Amino acid sequence: MARELTIKVLRYDPQSNETVRAYFEEYKIQEADSMTIYLALTQIRETMDAGLSFDFVCRAGICGSCAMMINGRPQLACRTLTKDLPNEIILLPLPTFKLIKDLSVNTGVWMDAMSKRVESWIHTSKETDIAQIEAPIEPEVADAVFELDRCIECGCCVAGCGTKLIKEDFVGAVGLNRVARFECDPHDERTADDYYELVGDDNGIFGCMTLLGCEDTCPKHLPLQNKIAYMRRKLATVQGS
Amino acid sequence: MNIKYCDALVIGGGLAGLRSAVAAAQKGLSTTVLSLVPVKRSHSAAAQGGMQASLGNAKMSEGDNEDVHFADTVKGSDWGCDQEVARMFVTTAPKAIRELASWGVPWTRIKKGNHEAVINTKRTTIFEDDNKHGLINSRDFGGTKKWRTCYTADATGHTMLFAVANESLKLNVNIEDRKEAIALIHHDNKCYGAIVRDLITGEIAAYVAKGTLIATGGYGRIYEITTNAVICEGIGTAIALETGVAKLGNMEAVQFHPTPLFPSGILLTEGCRGDGGVLRDKDGHRFMPDYEPEKKDLASRDVVSRRMMEHMRKGKGVESPYGTHLWLDISILGREHIERNLRDVQEICEYFAGIDPADEGRKGWAPVHPMQHYSMGGIRTKPTGESQTLAGLFSAGEAACWDMHGFNRLGGNSVSETVVAGMIVGNYFADYCIENQIDIKTEVIEKFIFEKEAYMKELVSKDTGEDVFRIKNRMKKIMQEHVGIFRDGDGLASAVKELEELYIKSQNVAVKNKQLTANPELEEAYRVPMMLKVALCVAKGALDRTESRGAHTREDYPKRDDENWLKRTLTSWKEGDTMPIVEYEDLDIMKMEIAPGFRGYGAKGNLIENPLSAVRQKEIDELTEELELKGADRYEIQDKLMPFPLQPEYKRKNVRLGDK
Ligand SMILES: Cc1cc2nc3c(=O)[nH]c(=O)nc-3n(C[C@H](O)[C@H](O)[C@H](O)COP(=O)(O)OP(=O)(O)OC[C@H]3O[C@@H](n4cnc5c(N)ncnc54)[C@H](O)[C@@H]3O)c2cc1C
Ligand code: SF4
Ligand code: SF4
Ligand code: FES
Repeated sequence: MARELTIKVLRYDPQSNETVRAYFEEYKIQEADSMTIYLALTQIRETMDAGLSFDFVCRAGICGSCAMMINGRPQLACRTLTKDLPNEIILLPLPTFKLIKDLSVNTGVWMDAMSKRVESWIHTSKETDIAQIEAPIEPEVADAVFELDRCIECGCCVAGCGTKLIKEDFVGAVGLNRVARFECDPHDERTADDYYELVGDDNGIFGCMTLLGCEDTCPKHLPLQNKIAYMRRKLATVQGS
Repeated sequence: MNIKYCDALVIGGGLAGLRSAVAAAQKGLSTTVLSLVPVKRSHSAAAQGGMQASLGNAKMSEGDNEDVHFADTVKGSDWGCDQEVARMFVTTAPKAIRELASWGVPWTRIKKGNHEAVINTKRTTIFEDDNKHGLINSRDFGGTKKWRTCYTADATGHTMLFAVANESLKLNVNIEDRKEAIALIHHDNKCYGAIVRDLITGEIAAYVAKGTLIATGGYGRIYEITTNAVICEGIGTAIALETGVAKLGNMEAVQFHPTPLFPSGILLTEGCRGDGGVLRDKDGHRFMPDYEPEKKDLASRDVVSRRMMEHMRKGKGVESPYGTHLWLDISILGREHIERNLRDVQEICEYFAGIDPADEGRKGWAPVHPMQHYSMGGIRTKPTGESQTLAGLFSAGEAACWDMHGFNRLGGNSVSETVVAGMIVGNYFADYCIENQIDIKTEVIEKFIFEKEAYMKELVSKDTGEDVFRIKNRMKKIMQEHVGIFRDGDGLASAVKELEELYIKSQNVAVKNKQLTANPELEEAYRVPMMLKVALCVAKGALDRTESRGAHTREDYPKRDDENWLKRTLTSWKEGDTMPIVEYEDLDIMKMEIAPGFRGYGAKGNLIENPLSAVRQKEIDELTEELELKGADRYEIQDKLMPFPLQPEYKRKNVRLGDK
């Protein structure tokens, strides 16, 4: 027998002029086979509540748009199956990001600022002649960079981070991972000192309390714990020098 | 009223838009990119399999070069492409990939020594020489003579998009997300920017620029089941159409991918078959070799999709509560290979189908069914990327019909096109922005703003009318049923008729939610009529084209008809009309570098030849022989056969291993 699901969604519209407080809206729907939160919310919007706001793009767990709090945990809603959840599902927007409306938050603006802050691009003094054969890279090194490049900026790690809740300007595991990514990319000529300039403070690597909320919630299973520890050791020596 | 000025306006922040923006920013132009979503979430992120570029590094790519890539692309297009553009493309693709490498894309690299691969279901050992160690690797894809598809595991689009987006941030491109272009500002056949709606505040603003480039991706969401992201609704294409001046090219050319996961429509990359995976029917039989003995599972996409449908029609499909499907078996590649190179595929199968594709035998087979995947059609442009009819409007990427894909694009050629077009078209676009001034009156701009503001108010003011979701879902159903893989006159005619009725209805939608700010229902209300216009261009184009070419298959006209149909379809829309205007643009056989012929896969003899093909072939043969006797090299011969325009820095020869 198909279950009846009760989906409770936190509704709030900061764009509205009328000052309505946040409230929970309950929707009851029949569970379908291999139903995801994406399918459930789409059905709700099309048949029950056309004004409900939420974000999906790829609906395949690839683009990082749809992170939200699902029964208390930050998760990608598009690939969360309702069958893995109890009858009652509570959905809240990701905390710490600016709320747009209902389940929709402004991760893009935050992530772009993070990218600029850690200068998330290759720094090099070399001019590449693109008609020439590319510089060889050790296959293992390319794979290692790829492992860290897989971050989809979904914001789960930020939402799950205690430090971020206390320190608004904390760069988050996503930012620290980005630094680690460029640190191991042979195309990038930045040194530990350069990285120290970017994240060698309490809003950066030394702010992290290693509580590991980030790694536990990262849907891409990035080795955030290891990398943060590695960067901290690396940058701590810079400070000592 | 809000009017913002910049030099170069790019609508769309996927790979094509961002790479074009980089080209403009590199020339010192103030550049703005608009996107519905944070740009790194654009659909380009979803490309898994890889990017074609003829580096010729790996063992299985040896001997690859521009000429081989060109021939594959032209044949793949079923001779529907613009061969000049295809030449521009293949010449620049190796440069694009090397540029991306220098921007940090962690391309999978070659490891020297022996390694195992599955080719034609057999485990084979491939040996890579020492001097290749560390160079960019490539994998096999459908319809290509060489292993040419470069990749980062199966997250190629993601790594490319992040690199290009970060490069844009570095160059201080002004990126504004959650901003939707809803109309183009134009006057006297010249384009001056766009009217833009802020998807958060609902504010309508004018973005005025010297030049405007549309890179809004494909229109897959006019179909019911598609691999496309939910934002691929073709609004960028529609705003060009709605100018009444710009034209769309080959809208009926819609590609269906053989192996999306069934029923969710989430793609399992062609890399699955490229790496050696195979299709199986309900008996576990590998059926593709029965139909395509030569290319088997790796014939081009349109061919494989059709063969799958044919096979299911013969009762060989697997029945399920959602309908019939076939199986994709990658378990034969071995767990290690899957966990390394096809990890996203594995995750997708786990999350969305509850299976582990690395499990041996039937247990690990994934249910698949062909689905809408790629829009070959789009805004018709010249080789420079500029609209022929609306000056100052450029287009690149999937949104454009620049036309290197013709009626079928090869896997891996699309993300490649996005960055290559971003380089070439982006450059021409930047030059245009440097050479032209904004010479439009403020009144004209204001008129556009007022019109759209009034339209939004009108939409939320109506209390009774049609339900926009019902109209949208009906459109998707019609497209799915009658404008899909197999098409025929009757089905298309009824589709066109009903779409027109729906379009008329869509102008009388009542929106329940009355907010002008963030309001998904209001978005639907203004988008659906635009989507219906796009759908009508597709359906009408398909109805009128009485032949089968590439992905466009007419069961009532099964042959490719070069005699009558070596033409590009152009559609445009006159304001107030309920049907597009359809015209044609001839393809000039006498200028082709490769005269029309058999593609090498699909049924032979399924072709009505154009007498000029033989004439041109003779010319080509004679000229080639003459030049070869004189000792001309392949570049010189190519130049004599079909000279093509390209910026000098991109036209330079690509150096490969073993070159002198
Ligand atoms: C699942 C999947 C896998 C694929 N895999 C491969 C592959 O392996 N190899 C390959 O070559 N190709 C692949 N493709 C095709 C390829 O990914 C796309 O064709 C390509 O990425 C399109 O890029 P683009 O820049 O043209 O558009 P997109 O990446 O789609 O970007 C469109 C942009 O336009 C914006 N936009 C849209 N409308 C508006 C508007 N009205 N106003 C403002 N902004 C707007 C969007 O926000 C977005 O930023 C795949 C496609 C799919 C569906
Ligand atoms: S380890 Fe804890 S404090 Fe540090 S980034 Fe992760 S969640 Fe935040
Ligand atoms: S590190 Fe993981 S959790 Fe954090 S943004 Fe990236 S993918 Fe998401
Ligand atoms: S919608 Fe893309 S990750 Fe969920």
